[in-house]
Amino acid sequence: MKKDTGGMYQKALAEYRLKIYFLAPTLLVLIVMNVFPLIWSLGLSFTNYSSLMSKRIAWVGFTNYSRILSDPFIWKYFQTTARFVIIAVGIEFLLGFGLALLLKEQFRGWGLVTTLILIPMMLSPVVVGLFWTFIMDANFGLLNFLLGLLGFKKILWLTNPHLALYSVAMVDIWMWTPFIMLISLTGLLAIPQSLYEAADIDMASWWFKFRKITLPLVSPLLVLAVLFRVIDAFKMFDLVFIMTGGGPGDVTETISMSLYRLAFNKFKTGESCAMAYIILILIIALSNLLIRWIHRTKTA
Amino acid sequence: MTRRIVKGILIGAALLFFLVPIYWIVATSFKQWPDIFAIPPKFIFQSTMLHYKALFNLDLEEVAKFGQAGKSLFPPRFVNSIIIAGVSTLLSVTLGTFSAYAFSRFRVKGEGDLLFFILSTRMLPPIVVGIPFFVLYRTLGLIDTHVGLILIYMTFNLSFAVWLMKGFIDEIPKEFEEAAMVDGYTRWESFVKVVLPQALSGIAATAVFCLITAWNEFFFALILTSERARTAPPSIAAVQGTSGINWGQIAAGVTVFLFPVVIFTFLVRRYLARGLTFGVIKR
Repeated sequence: MKKDTGGMYQKALAEYRLKIYFLAPTLLVLIVMNVFPLIWSLGLSFTNYSSLMSKRIAWVGFTNYSRILSDPFIWKYFQTTARFVIIAVGIEFLLGFGLALLLKEQFRGWGLVTTLILIPMMLSPVVVGLFWTFIMDANFGLLNFLLGLLGFKKILWLTNPHLALYSVAMVDIWMWTPFIMLISLTGLLAIPQSLYEAADIDMASWWFKFRKITLPLVSPLLVLAVLFRVIDAFKMFDLVFIMTGGGPGDVTETISMSLYRLAFNKFKTGESCAMAYIILILIIALSNLLIRWIHRTKTA
Repeated sequence: MTRRIVKGILIGAALLFFLVPIYWIVATSFKQWPDIFAIPPKFIFQSTMLHYKALFNLDLEEVAKFGQAGKSLFPPRFVNSIIIAGVSTLLSVTLGTFSAYAFSRFRVKGEGDLLFFILSTRMLPPIVVGIPFFVLYRTLGLIDTHVGLILIYMTFNLSFAVWLMKGFIDEIPKEFEEAAMVDGYTRWESFVKVVLPQALSGIAATAVFCLITAWNEFFFALILTSERARTAPPSIAAVQGTSGINWGQIAAGVTVFLFPVVIFTFLVRRYLARGLTFGVIKR
């Protein structure tokens, strides 16, 4: 009897140890590689530190923060980013969901077609940015040639200040519409066919079925997909960096781009840490929305 | 009937929209110099391997004839990409599988909060963590080292691996291990001999996603490497010829670089929705 409980205890201890061994490395990595740098940069955000110069580091209090928040350009870049997010994600949503509705019913070659459409989102944004720059070239680009066949005049996709942001958004749309399509399609395919059959017996219209069956049942996944995209688009850096570098002028300067410039061109490290923290707070707010939503979809 | 035709046309148009740009860059990589900039663009052309030769420093004499001076830096950077993406994937999938198993099978205090903490690290904008990393790595001498980039990619993919693997392990019935443990296996043995074989396709899918993410990553590579450890993405972008941007060679680099990604996409096509939502979507 005594021996038996000892065995139980041994076993419980072994299990406990295993649990610690299994969890500790991951948590350690995340703390050392994520939490620690963030705490450090919080510290730096209150200093005048520059990674370029070796002058003495001095505490400057909230100077960096007040400078960032009172800089009219930063506000402009926030607006640019917001515009980019709204245009890109909005159109991705419409196109992606529309495409999913088209692909809802399976046909011969369905698997191949859907997988082919998904390729863009798996590619590196740098690579995508590069070949779209090539395609959007005003003189020898494919896009202007094709539009020329339709009678359009030469369009300066990336150098016209009124157009550049939309051009970059268009590439984002090319890349990420498949993502919205994929998530919508997953949702659409999960809707029990019997619901539509029941509606058919009642002679329900297409619009009625869409509004009363399709939309309510896929909307949790649609929200999920849009939240993922909003967070990602808000962080947008690669495409802008490759395609326009923030230009012409500063019309495509997103906040990630201007933060990059502040930290790695001007080397105002302290100030850039402050700006990073302001962005971080926004991202945390957005991610919280997403995380709550994940929680809801998981428990639902 | 007309509805089906309209549908077919729309789907065809979508396919063209998503695939023509990829086709175009691949075609460009095989075009001769003047054809690349031809107006109107050439859809039928005589192909050449020149840009690939230039990219991989083969047949330098022939390449030099076409005015492309200097050696291409692509081969060592391509190798760097393979090493860094491979090793970091191995690490994050290993660590991720372990902790996913712990989250799935053991009672962990504050499990929900921990899992969401892990997820939230993935939401951090690279640029925000990039600044302290830059300063930190300079102090530690990790700038432009393979280890430095591997550590970052490992961390970046770790949260993803934990979430995705937890979903896969949750689906393996507990009864299998319990039966094995009744038969005298320890917990560790049943993990290795029962759970891991069952989770193999999940592990493979997770690994492919980590691999693609690390392979495609640009920003950290840009700010934390310069020569020795530089990966392919920042260097494809930097191919400049004597007369402006060397589109032929860029196209060849892009083609070589995206080929494995396309293959891998097909391999994990069943798991795409799952992988891209951290396993929230189960099918």
